[in-house]
Amino acid sequence: MRELYQELILDHNKKPRNRRAMADATADADGFNPLCGDKIHVFVKVEGDRIADVSFDGIGCAISTASASLMTTSLKGKTLAEAREIFERFHAMVTGEPGAPVDEDALGKLAVFQGVCEFPVRVKCATLAWHTLKAAIERSGDAVTTE
Amino acid sequence: MHRTLARPAFDVETVRKDFPILAGHVWCKPLVYLDNAATSHKPRVVLDAIERFYKEHNSNIHRGVHWLSAAATKDYEGARDKVRDWIRAAAREEIVFTRGTTESINLVARSFLRPRLKPGDEVLVTEMEHHSNIVPWQLVCEEAGAKLSHVPIDDRGQLLFDEKLLTERTRLFAFVHVSNALGTVNPARELVRAARARGIPTLVDGAQAAPHTRIDVRDLGCDFYAFSGHKVFGPTGIGVLYGRKELLEGMPPYQGGGEMIKRVTFQKTTWNDLPYKFEAGTPDIAGAVGLGAALDYLGTLDWEAVRAHEAALLARATEALSTIKGLRIIGTAKSKASLVTFDMEGVHPHDIGQILDQEGVAVRTGHHCAQPVMDRFGVPATTRASFAFYNTLAEIDVLVAALTKVRELFA
Ligand SMILES: Cc1ncc(COP(=O)(O)O)c(C=O)c1O
Repeated sequence: MRELYQELILDHNKKPRNRRAMADATADADGFNPLCGDKIHVFVKVEGDRIADVSFDGIGCAISTASASLMTTSLKGKTLAEAREIFERFHAMVTGEPGAPVDEDALGKLAVFQGVCEFPVRVKCATLAWHTLKAAIERSGDAVTTE
Repeated sequence: MHRTLARPAFDVETVRKDFPILAGHVWCKPLVYLDNAATSHKPRVVLDAIERFYKEHNSNIHRGVHWLSAAATKDYEGARDKVRDWIRAAAREEIVFTRGTTESINLVARSFLRPRLKPGDEVLVTEMEHHSNIVPWQLVCEEAGAKLSHVPIDDRGQLLFDEKLLTERTRLFAFVHVSNALGTVNPARELVRAARARGIPTLVDGAQAAPHTRIDVRDLGCDFYAFSGHKVFGPTGIGVLYGRKELLEGMPPYQGGGEMIKRVTFQKTTWNDLPYKFEAGTPDIAGAVGLGAALDYLGTLDWEAVRAHEAALLARATEALSTIKGLRIIGTAKSKASLVTFDMEGVHPHDIGQILDQEGVAVRTGHHCAQPVMDRFGVPATTRASFAFYNTLAEIDVLVAALTKVRELFA
C-alpha cells in the first residue's frame, strides 16, 4: 500500500498547504467528483501570464486533497504555459502504463503520484484539483485557453 | 461472542464451498467479500443451470413449434413458478420478469402511476430510499405536476412514520423494505396496512430484503414488490416485479414489441395476457433460469439458522467496529439486516476502501445511491460492509484488522 499512500501524500493530506479561500482571486471554480463525493473549490490569482497565487478549499479523499495541496505548491510563480505543461505531464503519468518511465526532474514532488496509475478509479481523485484549476483559468477569459 | 448452540448448526464452511469465487484471492490475499448489498455471489448450481440451458435447451420461447423452443419455454415459465412459490404470490400471472428492481419500479411509475397522477397529487417515499425508488417517481411527478414527499428518519436511521403523511392526495406509497445504506428493516406490514386503510396503493422495494429473509407478499399485503436476481445469488440482468393481478390487468403495457401482443394490425393492437403484456421482446431467458436455480438453492437452506448466523455476524461487526477510534456507525436501528455503514474520523471512505482492498477485503464506499441519507447524517460518503450468509466471523476479524491498519496509516 505504500506505493499509493506515500509519506508525502499522507503529509499533504494531513496538513494541506494553501487550503484557504482567496479574497483577491482573479478566477475560481468548483470541482465535484460524484463518484466519491469530493468537492473542491480552487482559487487562482493570475498576474500577467503568471500564477501569482493559487489555493483551494473543500473536502476530499487523501489522494485528491494531497494532489490539490501539491498542485498549489508546484504551480505558484509558474507561467500559465509552464503550468499547462506540468499538468500535461502529471496527467500522462497518472493515466499512463504502470511502470512507464516518469520524468522526476520535470515533475518534482508531483512524482509521488506515480502509484495512481495502478488504480484507474483513483485517477479522477488525483486530477480533480487540476481540472478545476484549468476550468477556472479558461473561464476567466484570459488569453490562456489558446494553444 | 455468544453463539447459541441450541440452534441447528449452520455450517458456513460447507456453504462456502458452493460458491466458487469465495475461494479466490485478490492482491495475493484471500478474498473477503463484504459488498453483498451491491451484488451477491452465485452458487455453482446457478452457474451450472445457466450453462446447461445454453448447452441443452437454448432457443427462443413461446414462438416455436420445435422441441427446443418448448423446452426453453418450460424452463422460463418454470422459473416464474419458482418465483411465485418463493414469494408466495397468489398466481403466476402476478410475476413479471424485468431487468431488476430499477426496471420494476420504473414499470410501475410509468404504467400504473403516471396515468392516474393529476396536478397536486402526491407520492410518498421515505428519506432512506435508494435513488431507484426516488427518481422514477420524481420523473412522473414532474410530468404530472404532482409532489414527491417523504417520511423522515431519526438519528438511528428509523422511519418517523406518521399516518398524517398519507393524505387524500397520496396516490402511492413506495418504501424500501430493508435500507441498503443503513440496514434498517422497516415494518413493511404495518406501513402497508396504514396505506391500505386509506385506499392508497403500495410498492415495496425489496432489493435488500430478499437476500436476507423469506418474503411473503400476501402476508405483507402490498400491491407491488420489486427485487433483483443478482442480489439473491442469481445472475445480473433479471429481476422481478410482483403486482396484484387486478392492478396489473388495468395497466397499459410498459414497452411495445413482440411477445406483449395478441394481435397487431396497423389500426389497433390487442394486448397479450398477463404477465406477457409486460414482457416485450425476448427476455433474459437464461437469467430467469439462473434465478430459478438460485431460489431452489435458497430453498435448501435452513432459514432460522441463516438468520441466526447473520445476526451473529452483525453483532460481532457492530461490537468490534465500535472499539475502533474515531469510527461512527451510521444506522443503528433496532431492527437491522446484516450490514454496517460507518464513518471514520479523518479518513475519507475512498481511502478506507482502497487500503481494505489491498488486504483482500471488498467493501463499498461512496453514497450508496442514497444521497438523501448521506445528507441526513451530514457525510458526503461512507464505507459499508454488507454480509451474506456465506460470510464468516473470521472474515469480520480480517475487516477489523484492516481497519486498524487504516487507523495507523492515517494516524
Ligand atoms: C434498496 C435498493 N433498491 C434498488 C436497488 C437497485 O437495484 P438494481 O440496480 O438491481 O436495479 C438497489 C441496488 O443497489 C437497492 O439496494
